[in-house]
Amino acid sequence: MSDAARTTPEHPPVTDWVQDFDHTDPRWTENPFPIWDELRAASPVVHTERFLGCYMPTTYEAVKQIAYDTEHFSSRRVIVRDIRPEITNPAPPITSDPPAHKPAKQLLLPPFTPEAMKKLEPRVRAICNELIDEFIADGKCDAAARYTKHIPVRAIAHMLGIPEKDSDRFIKWIHEILELGIRDDDTLMRAVQEMTAYFAGHLEQRKKRPTDDLISTLMNARDKNGQPLADAHVLGSLRLLLIAGIDTTWSAIGSSLWHLAKTPADRDRLIAEPELMPIAIEELLRAYSPVTMAREVMKETVISGCPIKPGNMVLLSFPAANRDPAMFPDADKVMIDRKENRHAAFGLGIHRCVGSNLARMEMTVAIEEWLKRIPDFRLDPAGQVTWSEGTVRGPRQLPMLFGKPS
Amino acid sequence: MSKSPGLKLRVDPDKCQGHARCKSLAPELFELDEYGNAHEIGDGSVPAGLEDKAWLAQTNCPEFAIEITEE
Repeated sequence: MSDAARTTPEHPPVTDWVQDFDHTDPRWTENPFPIWDELRAASPVVHTERFLGCYMPTTYEAVKQIAYDTEHFSSRRVIVRDIRPEITNPAPPITSDPPAHKPAKQLLLPPFTPEAMKKLEPRVRAICNELIDEFIADGKCDAAARYTKHIPVRAIAHMLGIPEKDSDRFIKWIHEILELGIRDDDTLMRAVQEMTAYFAGHLEQRKKRPTDDLISTLMNARDKNGQPLADAHVLGSLRLLLIAGIDTTWSAIGSSLWHLAKTPADRDRLIAEPELMPIAIEELLRAYSPVTMAREVMKETVISGCPIKPGNMVLLSFPAANRDPAMFPDADKVMIDRKENRHAAFGLGIHRCVGSNLARMEMTVAIEEWLKRIPDFRLDPAGQVTWSEGTVRGPRQLPMLFGKPS
Repeated sequence: MSKSPGLKLRVDPDKCQGHARCKSLAPELFELDEYGNAHEIGDGSVPAGLEDKAWLAQTNCPEFAIEITEE
């Protein structure tokens, strides 16, 4: 197939969000919150003909119903794209449905418990300080390019047992898969193939010389019949860990620093009351949840009174659920001491993010170390903040000035 | 430690998905298994003085998996 046929045209600008929403529209990318409010006011589930037909639940309740309903909604496709090619590269367990989901997920859970994360924490603290050392003397930096971007990729590389210096390559693949891949299938497939070949090389090395990292843990895992996992399963899970573990947390740390740059009162309070940090992290996760997932409708059903037809995708926006005022009073206010906060940033139901404890630890450490070294900072008025497009939202340029304004 | 006359909690293992919010907010009342799923410590009786923490954990569970009963 030619490049032209596999790369879809630019999307026409949206004029009616309720009937024709598009999460790749630049206005959505820049500031999705008023759009979600408009959609939620119109209906608990909206639909667009774009992306070959796609629903979006707009309320916490509708998002929750769909997340729990694995009978009518499949996870075999987890990104809403312009095309729906045949499924060739599953990444268990994120793309798994019951009954295959549980055994695939259970393999990944023990290495990501809070206890396991405590062991990784010193390395993450060191990574943060190494990064800050590189720019603190400049009195300013692009915090997305110089700081937040590098923390999760180096941490997950450390866990997997692959060189931290390969980070730039991983970041490029992720950009190609999650952002360019929405419209450009060739770029996506090439990135997936390159990533698979990269990990296949690491598998081969470990067959000769086993290690004690997460790659070897997966290779040594046995299914319920005592059999090792197929290489394809291991490779799929490794792709998942790399893709899911990097720009998600990069985004969460970036949004948090963006908020703190604009909100000196919250910054000062976190410095004065460090014990508030765990509660504050949850509120930042709620207010700036980076990750929107997807489902594919398998059977006709009804969600919050709205008929749902097979053949459509679902944009499963946990970020929009987390801004639903029916669930969260003053949902658009960031309150770093919010007491009751059942946010869905890591999903709900069986697909709860396997890396949630890693993400929380990285966010906490990244913000703590930043505040220790750079207690005063603000957005650089000479620069511009830009946000990623697609289903993982966070700042990709975040120009900051350090110190108090003179 | 004297027991509160009031509260007993239980994590519903069918609902818990291992968000671990309860363990973070009330480590005295919850423990995690090797998969990171939460369980009440002991028989779930809430020691005196920890009632607020029990309610805090309950109201932050994204899966509504924590049940609190008054004895």
